[in-house]
Amino acid sequence: MADISVRIEEFDVVIVGAGGAGMAAAVQTGMAGLKTAVISEVYPTRSHTVSAQGGINAALANMDEDYWIWHMYDTVKGGDYIGDQDAMEFFTKNAPKTIIELEHWGMPFSRTEKGTAYQRAFGGQTRNFGESIAHRATAVADRSGHAIVHTLFERTLRPDIVQYVSYYSEYYALKLLRNEEGTVMGVVAWDMVNGGVHIFFAYATILASGGNTRNFRTNTNAHVNTGIGWKLCAQAGIPIKDPEFVQFHPTGIYGVGNLITEGVRGEGGYLLNAQGERFMKKYAPHVLDLASRDVVSRGMATEIREGRGVGPKKDHVLLKLDHLGKDFIMDKLPGIWELAYKFVGVDCTKDPIPVQPTAHYHMGGIPTNIHGQVVDWDKDNKEVPIPGLYAAGEVGCGSLHGANRLGCNSLLDLVITGKEAGRHAARWILDEHPTFPNPPEEFVADKYAKDVMDKLNELFDGPEGTVKMDEIWEDLQDTMQADMSVFRIEEGLTRQLARLDEYFEKFKKVGLSDKSKVFNTELCEYFDLENMLYVSKIETVAAYNRKESRGAHYRDDYPERDDANWMLHTAAYWKEDGSVVTEYKPVRQKPLTAPTFQPKKRVY
Amino acid sequence: MALHVGDKVVFKIFRYDPEKDKAPYYKDYEVEIRREGMMVLTGLNQIKWEQDPSLTYRRSCREGVCGSDGMNINGVNTVSCMSHIEDYNSNVLVIKPLPGFPIIKDLVCDFEDFFNKYYVVKPYLIEKNPPPGRERLQSIEDRERLNGLYECILCGCCSSSCPSYWADPDYLGPSAMINAARFVFDTRDEGSDERLDAVNNIHGVWRCHTILNCISACPKELNPTKAIGMLQKEILKRTY
Ligand SMILES: Cc1cc2nc3c(=O)[nH]c(=O)nc-3n(C[C@H](O)[C@H](O)[C@H](O)COP(=O)(O)OP(=O)(O)OC[C@H]3O[C@@H](n4cnc5c(N)ncnc54)[C@H](O)[C@@H]3O)c2cc1C
Ligand code: SF4
Ligand code: SF4
Ligand code: FES
Repeated sequence: MADISVRIEEFDVVIVGAGGAGMAAAVQTGMAGLKTAVISEVYPTRSHTVSAQGGINAALANMDEDYWIWHMYDTVKGGDYIGDQDAMEFFTKNAPKTIIELEHWGMPFSRTEKGTAYQRAFGGQTRNFGESIAHRATAVADRSGHAIVHTLFERTLRPDIVQYVSYYSEYYALKLLRNEEGTVMGVVAWDMVNGGVHIFFAYATILASGGNTRNFRTNTNAHVNTGIGWKLCAQAGIPIKDPEFVQFHPTGIYGVGNLITEGVRGEGGYLLNAQGERFMKKYAPHVLDLASRDVVSRGMATEIREGRGVGPKKDHVLLKLDHLGKDFIMDKLPGIWELAYKFVGVDCTKDPIPVQPTAHYHMGGIPTNIHGQVVDWDKDNKEVPIPGLYAAGEVGCGSLHGANRLGCNSLLDLVITGKEAGRHAARWILDEHPTFPNPPEEFVADKYAKDVMDKLNELFDGPEGTVKMDEIWEDLQDTMQADMSVFRIEEGLTRQLARLDEYFEKFKKVGLSDKSKVFNTELCEYFDLENMLYVSKIETVAAYNRKESRGAHYRDDYPERDDANWMLHTAAYWKEDGSVVTEYKPVRQKPLTAPTFQPKKRVY
Repeated sequence: MALHVGDKVVFKIFRYDPEKDKAPYYKDYEVEIRREGMMVLTGLNQIKWEQDPSLTYRRSCREGVCGSDGMNINGVNTVSCMSHIEDYNSNVLVIKPLPGFPIIKDLVCDFEDFFNKYYVVKPYLIEKNPPPGRERLQSIEDRERLNGLYECILCGCCSSSCPSYWADPDYLGPSAMINAARFVFDTRDEGSDERLDAVNNIHGVWRCHTILNCISACPKELNPTKAIGMLQKEILKRTY
């Protein structure tokens, strides 16, 4: 047997993930004086929130008149009416306060002439219920995500908070602990640097492990975004809500996927096809390139499908921005200048950037209510919180984004859902004095982490395996890209489901060639691949089963939105035999105070 | 040297696994160029995924913003994800972990000391007076003073290239200092005195001998030397 050490620690709160969402939660639990562990596969400032560019939405009205209700309307419409409107109200209403708080904590916003925070236009953001374009994306040049991560991390370093918050960086989460009653007790993680299993028991566990689109060939995600949160929940019997809604960002750099922010179009850039035509006027006559992302990505994919793509393979389009002028680009968009120059050798102050729709974001995720409590549904389809479990940020689903997220609503999601989850967990622990879920047995590893230990022993002691991970990974990315992207159709999805079964079979034959316990990144990649297989299967089953087109989910064989039959959330359950079963749950259409926005045809 | 698709380059990589190696050694791998402008990180991934899964390095964002993959390539520190293989003008790339940092395994080194030094400069906004109800106002010019300071990705490339950092184990180093400057020159910050105190000593701003290594090492093209100079000036201005 591989000699695997086990350590056990108790905290009030354990947070999985140190991106924007995880740290926003840690600020709250730390301020409440609760002993908090934040575990993360990478050092906090390396979390993928750093890559966000464009900005963060709030009706601050720094540029022109604006109200949260307009922001809410855009969010409901952008989400193609399947979002939960109570959460959307909470979210848009609290946005201005949240941004101001970030500013107070040191976020280095770009500024207007008046000295207020600078706001730019972004897709799908309008004034007066669709009348004209709004400037709502509050920006730090094109480095807004970097600024948020650093600001939140810095906040947790303040003496009053740092004494309660311990970072466990380079720990890989492996299992969510639940007792017989279903109460969540904490997590089991792998200590990457020293090797060894670390069990964290806590009153409350907050999952904030971020996005997971690395299963697509071209994607904007970091190497670490592989969907551990979904897998941990799937394995613990917790459903994933709306997994079929995968956002394809219109402007990933052709061939590599690195993101070019929508802020480029917000500042006046636009898309061109091979004929030099500004094609978005066909698909969104009012706001053109600033329509919501699903609309723009579909427009681009249609151009490419109909032969008007650019390049020898006619498989991408161009993003033109040189007319904005060099000074402006270098002041407001310096990061994207660098990316385009480094990755495709394009100086965007002179030439257009080649772009293609690129897997970017999951609207769906672990189901939560507006307090970030993870919920399941009872027999009457009522939401019931799972005691001790919260989710925040991209891994969760409030659902703030419905079937399609608007640009710059995600950074807002992180800070608001992270904060609310942390605040609610703290209040619950301090006011309701739950009993600590640590089991009475003197030695718990055998009972609660036996499956994890067995798996690790098998990997460290077992053979190298006959299948290389790379083989599965490459095929997975290509086939997901081919059959699960912007356009979907039954035969493609059937094909993909069959392939996924094959990949799972093959995965059983994967072993480790590196048997070292110190910083074994092959081990992490093994779990990454398993995560990706889970994510792919869950989202493909849900896409197969949703027989309509809505937001980012477009079915060639069911091209219309079908409110009569499909105004429902998917709840996808992972079964022990490895199958996925979907159930359908009501949308929370009633806002907290505002009137319900009734579904209308979406025109941009 | 222009490289074309199909060309081969040798990566000579520093290897060390504390569980089995008595001493570090270098191992050669052949990397195939598969697209124009291929990055060093892509080459490392090619080796790990296709040839030797035990090769160990950090990476995350693959676009120069997370600071995971600082390393030394042909004598120069940088992040591998933003370094074009062909820019090294050589058929052989010698790849080592960041010099002066303790090694954990292969290209992965220990950042604990580096981060502890960063914490010394109190890298968070210090407020003495409660902020206003709205955002604080800051002029465009005042905000511009933070450009070149706030973009640091804490990759360690600068500190690891600094001879003073190697020579004096207590030297805070250019990265901690640029982060101190990021707050000292922020008009909203009210903690500059404490922060300047933390760097006003022989292990702080006065250790820097303007050798300038740190500037050429910074993958974000920041200028820590200038930041240190600004801090020195600010200290002198406040003391005398
Ligand atoms: C390139 C890009 C640009 C974007 N631009 C914008 C924008 O301008 N505006 C906007 O609103 N949104 C934007 N988004 C979306 C937004 O940035 C993300 O949705 C958001 O940052 C996710 O934050 P998070 O805190 O949920 O997760 P992350 O920041 O990804 O953090 C996840 C955390 O979980 C940890 N983790 C992951 N797996 C494990 C594991 N197995 N074990 C332990 N820990 C683990 C990671 O280490 C990390 O700390 C952008 C996204 C991308 C990719
Ligand atoms: S300029 Fe100063 S900080 Fe930079 S390398 Fe030289 S001594 Fe080090
Ligand atoms: S100043 Fe530059 S080299 Fe130094 S840590 Fe920051 S980004 Fe890296
Ligand atoms: S991988 Fe993030 S900086 Fe290189």
